[in-house]
Amino acid sequence: MAAFNHLKNNSSDWLMLRALVLIATISGLLVVMSFSLSKPYIESNKQQAIDKALFELVVNASDKKEFIIAGDKILPASELMQLKQEQSSEAEIKPLYALYNKQEKLISLALQAEASGYQDKIQILYTFDPKCQCIRGIKVLKMAETPGIGDKISSDKDFLQNFIELDTSLNEDWGTLKNKIVSVKHGKKRHLWEIDSISGATISSSAVARMLNQSAQQFVPIIMKHLSFLQSKVLHRKPGQQGKAVLELSHE
Amino acid sequence: MNNKQESMSNTDQYEQISSDTFLRGLWKENPVFVMLLGMCPVLAVTNSAINALAMGVASTFVLLSSNALVSLLRDFIPKQVRIASYIIIIATFVTMVDYAIQAISLDLYNALGAFIQLIVVNCIILGRAEAYASKQPLPQVLLNSLGMGAGFTFALLCLGSVREILGTGSLFGLMLFSENFQPWVIMILPPGGFFVLGSWLLLFNYLAMRKKQNISLNQDVTLRQESSDAG
Ligand SMILES: Cc1cc2nc3c(=O)[nH]c(=O)nc-3n(C[C@H](O)[C@H](O)[C@H](O)COP(=O)(O)O)c2cc1C
Repeated sequence: MAAFNHLKNNSSDWLMLRALVLIATISGLLVVMSFSLSKPYIESNKQQAIDKALFELVVNASDKKEFIIAGDKILPASELMQLKQEQSSEAEIKPLYALYNKQEKLISLALQAEASGYQDKIQILYTFDPKCQCIRGIKVLKMAETPGIGDKISSDKDFLQNFIELDTSLNEDWGTLKNKIVSVKHGKKRHLWEIDSISGATISSSAVARMLNQSAQQFVPIIMKHLSFLQSKVLHRKPGQQGKAVLELSHE
Repeated sequence: MNNKQESMSNTDQYEQISSDTFLRGLWKENPVFVMLLGMCPVLAVTNSAINALAMGVASTFVLLSSNALVSLLRDFIPKQVRIASYIIIIATFVTMVDYAIQAISLDLYNALGAFIQLIVVNCIILGRAEAYASKQPLPQVLLNSLGMGAGFTFALLCLGSVREILGTGSLFGLMLFSENFQPWVIMILPPGGFFVLGSWLLLFNYLAMRKKQNISLNQDVTLRQESSDAG
């Protein structure tokens, strides 16, 4: 109180404080208001961008469902909130998209991966086909690679050929990939797990190989373990059964 | 009391609104081509016309709204805390623009990268607040800021359209040439920014010089006429 009185008596101090408090208040109101007004639009934009990429990659898909990979479990995305409340642990949470055809059969899974490229982080979406245990396509979501050099990773036809069938089959113990995904010099591709680099853009090409290898090593084993859960699309639609399905799987 | 006296004496210094209040930002005091301010976004985001336009509009919005608020609060903000106040005000509007662009288009947001947030430190805006908005009433400030913003947008578009046409063969994403046009990729890379900016500066300085010469030439002629009339 004494300090406050001192302030009030010392008029120039009081004026300074009053101005800053008022401005900070206006600022706070405006920032919070614009954040909450724009939030639904921003989220739907992000969702749309991913949806567009998903259905471009898997043309015969007619429906998609979102899951999350938390630790070594896979849960429907609707349980994300619950999960966050239950465990305060920092177990990494990764979105996983499952794509179904008209007959409600699982045809593809999709994940995001990222690594540093020539300039900045490259973020891609890739599809994983559990039937052949291979990667079936990639789509660049975000990059700042040099136009005309590194940005060819999203458009170069020869480079994209690599991802029509990129082998990610697992070891016998289902722990890791049988063969590491690697990038090789242009024209030196001999195996299905190798990526033929773009000549002159080795750095961007190997960034793609690095992120796919890192992501596939970590997530393909988890996906293969939980495949039956992902395959039965109808199951997740019935509320109440969701929890049970997850429980059964986590006891496997 | 002190405050009141100051604002009384300020009234004499208020600018009379004229077309020049708006127009000088566009031409005579163009922030980019004449004052060479805000070079960071000028060079960095002008690799396509649409990026240039978006950056120009975003900066103009921040310029207009933050300077309007500075002008309204000008008798309320003591000199000692003015920089802190202006920075908070500018940062607030930049944050709003940031969210707005994300809501409008994520592609655009990704293309502009960190340069939206960096509008906070664009010296055109703080410079206007310090040199103009803190001393002038709202109508003058609005007109002047709008002119400066338009001048900045105009300059960005000058660079952006030339760089996009040469570097990718398109304008606002529309292909201008046939398939076998070989784009001059360097133009959309950082060095291209310097080349194109340099060329525009050359052109503007040349025009300004010619104008000056013309004026002095005309004066010479009228002088000679007058003297011959007198003779
Ligand atoms: C201005 C400039 C931009 C470059 N941008 C990229 C890039 O975005 N991605 C990339 O992989 N290499 C880029 N490079 C080339 C790399 O430095 C490197 O030379 C290249 O990746 C090697 O490819 P190579 O092994 O096929 O010769 C760039 C080089 C320069 C001079």
